[in-house]
Amino acid sequence: MSDMTRRQFLAITGSTLAGSSLALLGFSPGQALAEVRQFKLSRATETRNTCPYCSVSCGLLMYSLGDKAKNATQSIFHIEGDPDHPVNRGTLCPKGAGLIDFVHSPNRLKYPEYRAPGSDRWQRISWDEAMERVARLMKQDRDANFIAKNADGQTVNRWLTTGMLAASASSNEAGYITHKVIRSLGVLAFDNQARV
Amino acid sequence: MTNHWVDIKNADLVLIMGGNAAEAHPCGFKWVTEAKAHNKARLIVVDPRFTRSASVADVYAPIRAGTDIAFLGGVISYLLANDKIQRDYVINYTDASFIVREDFAFNEGLYSGYNAEKRAYDKTSWEYEIGADGFAHTDPTLAHPRCVINLMKQHYSRYTPEMVERVCGTPKEKFQQICQMISSTSTTTRAMTIMYALGWTQHSVGSQMIRCAAMVQLLLGNIGVSGGGMNALRGHSNIQGLTDLGLLSNSLPGYITLPFDREQDYEKYVAVRSQKPLRPNQMSYWQNFQKFFVSLQKAWWGDAATAENHWGFDYLPKIDKLYDMLQVFDLMDQGKMNGYLAQGFNPLAAAPNKAKMTAALSKLKYLVVMDPLVTETSEFWRNFGVHHDVDSSKIQTEVIRLPVSCFAEEDGALVNSGRWLQWHWKGAEPPGEARTDIEIMAELYTRLRKLYQLEGGAYPDPILNLSWRYIHPNKPTPEELAKEYCGQALTDLLDPKDPTKVLRKRGEQLAGFGELRDDGTTLSGCWIFCGAWGPNGNLMARRDNADPTGIGQTLNWAWSWPANRRVLYNRASCDTNGKPFNPERMLVAWNGKQWIGSDTPDYKVDDDPSLGVGPFIMNQEGVARFFARGNMVEGPFPEHYEPFESPLGYNPLSRNEPRAVSNPAARIFKADRDALGSAAQFPHVATTYRLTEHFHYWTKHVRLNAITQPEQFVEIGTALADQIGVAAGDRVRVSSNRGHIEAVAVVTKRIRALNIDGKTVHTVGIPIHWGFTGLARPGYIANTLTPFVGDGNSQTPEFKAFLVKVEKV
Ligand code: SF4
Repeated sequence: MSDMTRRQFLAITGSTLAGSSLALLGFSPGQALAEVRQFKLSRATETRNTCPYCSVSCGLLMYSLGDKAKNATQSIFHIEGDPDHPVNRGTLCPKGAGLIDFVHSPNRLKYPEYRAPGSDRWQRISWDEAMERVARLMKQDRDANFIAKNADGQTVNRWLTTGMLAASASSNEAGYITHKVIRSLGVLAFDNQARV
Repeated sequence: MTNHWVDIKNADLVLIMGGNAAEAHPCGFKWVTEAKAHNKARLIVVDPRFTRSASVADVYAPIRAGTDIAFLGGVISYLLANDKIQRDYVINYTDASFIVREDFAFNEGLYSGYNAEKRAYDKTSWEYEIGADGFAHTDPTLAHPRCVINLMKQHYSRYTPEMVERVCGTPKEKFQQICQMISSTSTTTRAMTIMYALGWTQHSVGSQMIRCAAMVQLLLGNIGVSGGGMNALRGHSNIQGLTDLGLLSNSLPGYITLPFDREQDYEKYVAVRSQKPLRPNQMSYWQNFQKFFVSLQKAWWGDAATAENHWGFDYLPKIDKLYDMLQVFDLMDQGKMNGYLAQGFNPLAAAPNKAKMTAALSKLKYLVVMDPLVTETSEFWRNFGVHHDVDSSKIQTEVIRLPVSCFAEEDGALVNSGRWLQWHWKGAEPPGEARTDIEIMAELYTRLRKLYQLEGGAYPDPILNLSWRYIHPNKPTPEELAKEYCGQALTDLLDPKDPTKVLRKRGEQLAGFGELRDDGTTLSGCWIFCGAWGPNGNLMARRDNADPTGIGQTLNWAWSWPANRRVLYNRASCDTNGKPFNPERMLVAWNGKQWIGSDTPDYKVDDDPSLGVGPFIMNQEGVARFFARGNMVEGPFPEHYEPFESPLGYNPLSRNEPRAVSNPAARIFKADRDALGSAAQFPHVATTYRLTEHFHYWTKHVRLNAITQPEQFVEIGTALADQIGVAAGDRVRVSSNRGHIEAVAVVTKRIRALNIDGKTVHTVGIPIHWGFTGLARPGYIANTLTPFVGDGNSQTPEFKAFLVKVEKV
């Protein structure tokens, strides 16, 4: 294995659970495997990211096929720890090591869906229908229940009958715009995972 | 974290308590290993279970879940009784010498001012003696009997090693050995770091557990130093960022709080938050509050936020009470909520008492779920047999489910536990028609705005006037949003000292929050992030891992708030003359003209130490507080209270006061109190936790993780297993007064029976990761069992200590 680079070594062994289990089963990563990997990685696009799970926020390198050209669709086929990252230095735990399966999980949602009152099934709808409906439901509720003044006549400008829980793995930018929009509506029933 | 992940390598001693970093934060725990291997550090783990962290500890001590204040109070008592404190630090950098009001009192578990009916205190007496000049009285000789440190000594004198053993079940000798190890860091050259997580936050006294540990660290002079600190290992990757951005019911970005109903007057709202110094010469940085607030209002409402309308003060909702998650789900259960939006959050699995949650969601008119995955919440109306038995036809909630991109499919910044804002890049398109949260929120807004423009409606002003300067209104870019929350000049900013000089040109990004103004000429959506995208571009995207001093301060890797400071309160790492206590691990130092060092000084860079400005610049005192004054609901000093479901049913520290068994100031709703179980029916103490192979309720959708931990299990000790006739691998039923789950029993020596005040108490371990959707085998939601009561201050649910019964099925 002396002719492998550090990155290839990490890709195959220590950094991924799949890799280490292979080694445990007796399939020590041989020359041939390393060669295949090298070929695939070398024509891949490398993108820096961070693990979305815990707050160690390990640095990641994501490898995708497709070269970011306008007419090519990228698809990520491998994710590993970023060896330059000062915190994780290339390592990932079993969660980070499985991230590729999160990206491609069969349970990823792909289309807007609607469940009617009393129904036992989903029905696929368009984004236009979905957003139209959400905006209408929210406006109806806000207009009917907005409290401009409390019982003492004080200005309070709040809307209490609709609430929101915000993501805590989404980006600052998503969090910021979510807060800006939701607070402008007067919502107080608003929290994120930090409450739990 | 006051410090950051890599800095753990500088510790001489590591205390892991209220967390299990080796299991839940594995790649961060590596720095503990590093400290052990290269800094001769020793590791102490205190936990109800012999965890993965414990397996590599030098000393492990068991403790009953929910009794950490009794343990830590015992440590404080030991340090004070044996004079194992860093004296210079305690006298100069804490409120030890401050004199407390004469009418402050504590008796049998209750502080002065208790109102049992309201379950709340009148906190007037919880204050220092304040002179006519507005400054607090102090006695630097510490002789005055009401000096904070003397009151503390008296308070914790009740926390003897015998009491610790009775309450916590920790053997006295083990406890004393740990005290002795901890006390070794009271010297200037040894530092201890404390690493904790939800094992402290998820209790009805969680905030006070954390305060109590911080008090230990202050006595030892371990705050603000390299290798020290109070290090909260946060759960989700951006829970820190979303907290910083104020996505909490009573908050605005940057730890600004919303006005209460009684705060009708804008000037008074500002005055209360612009705290004045309580001692001469102190910085009391919140005096700048108005600069932060006005800059936020300019970011949100642009030209519509004017001096005349108090920067759009009335556009903000006012709060009459806290609308935290528990309060909101209780209102929902009463049928008082109509709509709910769950964005990347699975409350049916994540909130306590699943039966109540299911009932509450079923009463909604509409539910909108935005998520990359099939969450239980989005399918709460569907029947999943024993794991979720509902009748769809009876649930009238309209549900709209929107597919969302994941981390790999978007650009943006996350804030890690060490407060680093790290930019990341998109590697692929989301599947199918999935969109980003940003696009969804933006389109939701533009549609609502259009409806209000066309139809009018209730108070449309804050909606119509919201500043929406994005090039594509339905698709703001992460770059546009990041620049806005960081901060920009709205006009040419002139130098107040020399008005011919332009400091920042109109539209230019600001370098830091020191440039913010309160006259509407700057905008900043989150003042603590100001400078992250500065005049020289996006500092969050920096990837230079150079560490010139070797102590792990990679100042050019990403950007850390505030002001790229990596260790908070780092001025406290130097003595009063500005000389580092420990020159080997210097963070900052005074060179005669200015503060220099391996970190951004947490201080005014040219303030001469002789001015006597304290190192805790955000506090009115200029020093750290042992005495919380009125900042906590249950008292100025942390006191042990039993979990709401206690195996004892009494509080050994205040045996004669029935009102002080559990947190006397924690809110609990009537129906939830009625749903509490007693030790007679549910004799075992349960605690929930995570496994290294899984992350909450997501990774059961991820094939690799579903394979490595496929099936739900619970852990019980061999003694309990023998008692109830269960062998490893048997299926057991675990019930609380709120419901039951069934799972495979793991029988282990890693959980011991504890002797609590003469009574044998067993601990039951409940990993949380299963549910009725996913690729792993279907399981029960662990929160079927948990009680619907939260911490008195943060309302974080008490998931870590409640009562159950275990039976063989
Ligand atoms: S790889 Fe593991 S330790 Fe690293 S951030 Fe992800 S979950 Fe946390």
